[in-house]
Amino acid sequence: MSLWSKHKLLEKNSIFMSIGVLIVISIGGLVEIVPLFYLKSTIEKVEGMRPYTPLELAGRNIYVREGCYNCHSQMVRPLRDEVERYGHYSLAAESMYDRPFQWGSKRTGPDLARVGGKYSDEWHRDHLNQPRSVVPGTVMPAYPWLAKTDLDFEHIANDLKVQTQLGVPYTPEMIANAGADIRIQATPDHPDADALSKRYPKVQSRDFDGDPKRITEADALIAYLQLLGTLVDFKLYNDKANIR
Amino acid sequence: MTRPESLTHKSMTLGEAGAALAFGLLAFLSLLIAAKAHTSEYAFHAYLFAAGSIAAVFAIIDRYYNRPAEKAPLTIDGKPNYNMGPVKVATVAAMLWGIAGFTIGLLAALQLAFPVLNFDLSWLSFGRIRPLHTSAVIFAFGGNVLIATSFYVVQRTCRARLAGDLAPWFVVLGYNFFILIAGTGYLLGITQSKEYAEPEWYADLWLTVVWVVYFLVFLGTIIRRSEPHIYVANWFYIAFILTIAVLHLGNNAAIPVSIFSPKSYIVWSGVQDAMVQWWYGHNAVGFFLTAGFLAIMYYFIPKRVERPVYSYRLSIIHFWALIFLYIWAGPHHLHYTALPDWAQTLGMTFSVMLWMPSWGGMINGLMTLSGAWDKLRTDPVLRMMVVSVAFYGMSTFEGPLMSIKAVNSLSHYTDWTIGHVHSGALGWVAFVSFGAVYCLVPWLWNRKGLYSLKLVNWHFWISTIGIVLYISAMWVSGILQGLMWRAYTNLGFLEYSFIETVEAMHPFYVIRALGGALFLIGSCLMVFNLWMTVRSGDTEITTQSEPSLVPAE
Repeated sequence: MSLWSKHKLLEKNSIFMSIGVLIVISIGGLVEIVPLFYLKSTIEKVEGMRPYTPLELAGRNIYVREGCYNCHSQMVRPLRDEVERYGHYSLAAESMYDRPFQWGSKRTGPDLARVGGKYSDEWHRDHLNQPRSVVPGTVMPAYPWLAKTDLDFEHIANDLKVQTQLGVPYTPEMIANAGADIRIQATPDHPDADALSKRYPKVQSRDFDGDPKRITEADALIAYLQLLGTLVDFKLYNDKANIR
Repeated sequence: MTRPESLTHKSMTLGEAGAALAFGLLAFLSLLIAAKAHTSEYAFHAYLFAAGSIAAVFAIIDRYYNRPAEKAPLTIDGKPNYNMGPVKVATVAAMLWGIAGFTIGLLAALQLAFPVLNFDLSWLSFGRIRPLHTSAVIFAFGGNVLIATSFYVVQRTCRARLAGDLAPWFVVLGYNFFILIAGTGYLLGITQSKEYAEPEWYADLWLTVVWVVYFLVFLGTIIRRSEPHIYVANWFYIAFILTIAVLHLGNNAAIPVSIFSPKSYIVWSGVQDAMVQWWYGHNAVGFFLTAGFLAIMYYFIPKRVERPVYSYRLSIIHFWALIFLYIWAGPHHLHYTALPDWAQTLGMTFSVMLWMPSWGGMINGLMTLSGAWDKLRTDPVLRMMVVSVAFYGMSTFEGPLMSIKAVNSLSHYTDWTIGHVHSGALGWVAFVSFGAVYCLVPWLWNRKGLYSLKLVNWHFWISTIGIVLYISAMWVSGILQGLMWRAYTNLGFLEYSFIETVEAMHPFYVIRALGGALFLIGSCLMVFNLWMTVRSGDTEITTQSEPSLVPAE
């Protein structure tokens, strides 16, 4: 009886009520979120991970812009059918440079976490341009404007610079060369290709959209898709290293 | 009491002058940004901000010249002088956005059944339409219903005029401006891709300002109350407003590339960002779509049946248990992902526990009808609200079930989730909103009653059939696709390619679109009914009393 009457204290004072609410709703979030910033399993460094090249980053921003995450996940769960369908289950470290993350919540289309290298550039080009020309039953929209629109990368160095403030290890050299690196990566056999792959190991440099005269949004998006899931070499990855 | 107008000296209040100055500065800043914007889409938004700010300055000055010198009195003849203008605008906005949001939802559903409806146009493609649909129904329709009902309920239950002079208008109009920026942004490709929090940094900043003012107006009205107790509906509104503020700030923490660029990068990355996102995402459900609408249940159902809330103690337990447990449930969106296992298990455990307060609230709402169950036969508005509470019970049973890891391994990434969300969104949120708006419109416009209860009945049945078609189609397609993904042949190979599972969805996507179309037709009937109610002009002179809102103790 007496305990119930204590509730009057909150019920008659809006400030107490508001403070009570704030305390009660803080607990769960703090317990679940804070440890993720220091637990080894969520901050482990895995061999092979590197920040996105400027072209891949621009492609990723197009992926975000077009809302690809509405239908495609980027998170292979450690379930038998998924590992067989898509490849090795996803590691936390594989999305360490993803701001925001693109794990998605719906698979209207297949998971894309390891789509890199699965299809040719030509396939991607046709698929983005007219999905039903390569996959007859698909319900994916066509994205014909990507190959027709020149990539706007005038300010791409700013994108890198901002991320360094958040702890992404872009070096001053990478920032200074950001615009040039886009050209190098989108040009087959560019003379500076070696410098680019020194800055970004495992980088794939070529003309992605089949139009060597232009650097289009399709170049950037396909470069990003071809990178997905290719950075970590699972022949070398030791999944026991993380167990304490 | 008041002196004749000619004798009083009229001067601008500090609030009016300050707001006009602030909007003037914002207009200047917006034009500056528009001139140097990195993209034309962003320049368009900057011009919208400039136009909105200039309109605000004009409206403030125009209102100043037309208003009486004295402030609006808090009471007239001992009765509170309620401020219902902003409530009316939010109610109208809710219905308009509702129709728009349902229509866009129908388009999205049809696009999945017939992809030709993407028309190969960037702004009409599914990836941009889907966030437009979710934001339009959750934030534009639901948000305006919440603002309208909260401003109505807080005044009536506190017997006090809404705090602030310009502030309530700023909340309603500012919030709808946010919706405009968010919606046009999606169509133009401005998004940060965080589900249900897609608007970019500048829209988020604007919403933060609006939201702080919203909280201050709400709290200020409660502080002004002439009732000793804060009514239970207002607890839920307080929890909704405060928690949404915390979630919004946490989830949208980002650094813009430049003040001249719409693009920003989120402070969190990868697994931490995923956890923060679903801490936000699930509690947008918990606090925006649940706590706020439970407040509606706690006011409008007792009011409509003229009975007190079933149990006062149950409301106390319901309230604190619900808000404590909900916050933990986020990780159930991340089962079997790279999120640590302990966090997934915590999320699952609390989600299952959440079943109890959810059903406690449902029981409290339903049992309020004790002794008045016969009204369900005669009052279709009440029937709509009661069925909404039943849908609430159903989807808060389904939610904990789906949060169990073994179930989730099948249901996650499939249409089952979409069906679950819609049994909550259409059955619970929309139906309780419809019920509340059906109550509100005659009250606000001083009409004797609705134009036609028969039309409400039609609305109820057409929309209910629509919901049943929608959710059963999604159950079948979701479970079917989940099973097809994991099907093996007896030789040990995966039985279906991915595209075969997509093709199998087609008939269910057609049925789903049909369900959505019925739901849309029902809500069009509602808009017609409300329109005729306001137009009919049968005014009611008597003001209502508040007989049924005392605690049951």
